[in-house]
Amino acid sequence: MGNTADLPVADTISTPLAEPRRIVDIRNLSLIFKAADKPVTALDGIDLRISAGDFVSLIGPSGCGKTTLLRVIADLEQPTSGDITVNGLSPEAARLKRAYGYVFQAPALYPWRNVEKNVTLPLEIMGLDKAERQRRSAQQLALVGLTGFEKKFPWQLSGGMQQRVSIARALAFEPDLLLMDEPFGALDEITRDHLNSQLSQLWRATGKTCVFVTHSISEAVFLSTRIVVMSPRPGRILDIIDCDLPRERTLELRESLQFQDIAARVRHGLAEGHSYDD
Amino acid sequence: MNLTSLLKAKAPILLVGLVILLLWYGGAIWLNAPQAIEGLNRIGQNWSTQDLIHQTFAMKRPVMPTPNQVFVDFTDSLFHYPPTNIRNLLYHAAITASSAMVGFLMGLVLGAVLAVGIVHVKTLESSLMPWVIISQTIPILAIAPMVVVIFGNMGVTGLLPKAIISMYLCFFPITIGLVKGLRSTDPLALDLMRTYSANRGQVFWLLRLPSSLPYLFTSIKVSIAISLIGAIVAELPTGGTAGLGARLLSGSYYGQTVQIWSALVMSAILSLALVGAAGLVETLVVGRAGRARGQR
Repeated sequence: MGNTADLPVADTISTPLAEPRRIVDIRNLSLIFKAADKPVTALDGIDLRISAGDFVSLIGPSGCGKTTLLRVIADLEQPTSGDITVNGLSPEAARLKRAYGYVFQAPALYPWRNVEKNVTLPLEIMGLDKAERQRRSAQQLALVGLTGFEKKFPWQLSGGMQQRVSIARALAFEPDLLLMDEPFGALDEITRDHLNSQLSQLWRATGKTCVFVTHSISEAVFLSTRIVVMSPRPGRILDIIDCDLPRERTLELRESLQFQDIAARVRHGLAEGHSYDD
Repeated sequence: MNLTSLLKAKAPILLVGLVILLLWYGGAIWLNAPQAIEGLNRIGQNWSTQDLIHQTFAMKRPVMPTPNQVFVDFTDSLFHYPPTNIRNLLYHAAITASSAMVGFLMGLVLGAVLAVGIVHVKTLESSLMPWVIISQTIPILAIAPMVVVIFGNMGVTGLLPKAIISMYLCFFPITIGLVKGLRSTDPLALDLMRTYSANRGQVFWLLRLPSSLPYLFTSIKVSIAISLIGAIVAELPTGGTAGLGARLLSGSYYGQTVQIWSALVMSAILSLALVGAAGLVETLVVGRAGRARGQR
């Protein structure tokens, strides 16, 4: 497995006095899907600000709009009303400037490309030369602990390894913002724990801003600096919970009282917004 | 031990082959019997059933030649004449195969151009697709003579008119398969391309085309087989002297049924070889990715 612990912590974190840069700014945003029978309000009056270096988790039951919100930030969906800026730009301008890396629920690797070629795909599109592509691919694969797997094809890897390749691919063009849509949702719990601690280390090492969609409370508490609790029908934000655990997180942390306390608050928040009768 | 396992694996196909041979010989007896009885009666009154069977298997112009007659004629033509001789089936096979191949390649290009257009331009789908389908409702037997006559009038003879008829048959499976393939792209992979702000060309070459290859190769195998049919049909109205089609035609003119059957066997072998070659190219091009598809 890759050893990310000995990587230097990025500089952005060591300047606490400066006002952190605002990466995502969402004000009174709504999105209504025009369905065949009746329109569906996927997002309703969303207000959310995410600063540089934040790790923000969006948590909520199915249909609460957490994935939709992430897709709006990525310019994969267009809001019906409200304002949103990403890096101070419109989501479209930010997308065209390649401001973010996106990790989907499924690894979405191209089966006809080997691991290295999958990671270098975005770099090929950006038009980087071959040497630079290979350098970056080697660097990112080392970061996710997959050095030596460059020439393997996706079908030769386990599900967890495939998802790590897709994370390396999202990191390859060095975006400041990483958007992740339940990246570990399809994995077993042991693999998931392992990848969570790897992701946490990666976040500390690179100082990237992360927005992370999940429906696992412990995953959200373990990874985040802030947890956005959402409720369905219509999708809205119920509560934003600060998660002020130490930046360095180990899996043992989950047994601490502080961790349990935050998890309980998230759980209560979710229960409040979700009636199981309907 | 290895031999027995090989036999076990091949037993079903051997059994079916055996049944076909038996039916073939049975058919030869049944179909040739009236003619054979007539012949036997002319010679003398006392003939046995054995004489009859022997006679039906040994006719010069049988209604239904036996497999061994076809085999003898086939090998005779291959080994008793040089490959450039008009009596050698390889000579005819080469002529038919060359126009089939040219037609197939033209059909591949035409079919691919149409498919890419239909997938990328909405109006082309509604304006072109119906004509593509209508084109295939006209029997090739009706079109082939017209094409040959029209090109003949323009002074174009030989390979090109035949290749055009092959192309006419070939482009259709390519268009249909490639349109389906280009549209079968994983929506997640398309979203991914969007997050990279990839342009249309990049999406096409890096994603749509590679993910359509399994569909394309299925179409190619169908096309390459019917390209041969196109070439053979095109050789009929030319009244040509060369090609498997001409061989079939002259065989039927002169009642040379054995010659017809040998030409049929040759075209079947040629067709198998072409489809096999297409399969080989497929394994080379999409081999590893194809296996990945099987695993997922």
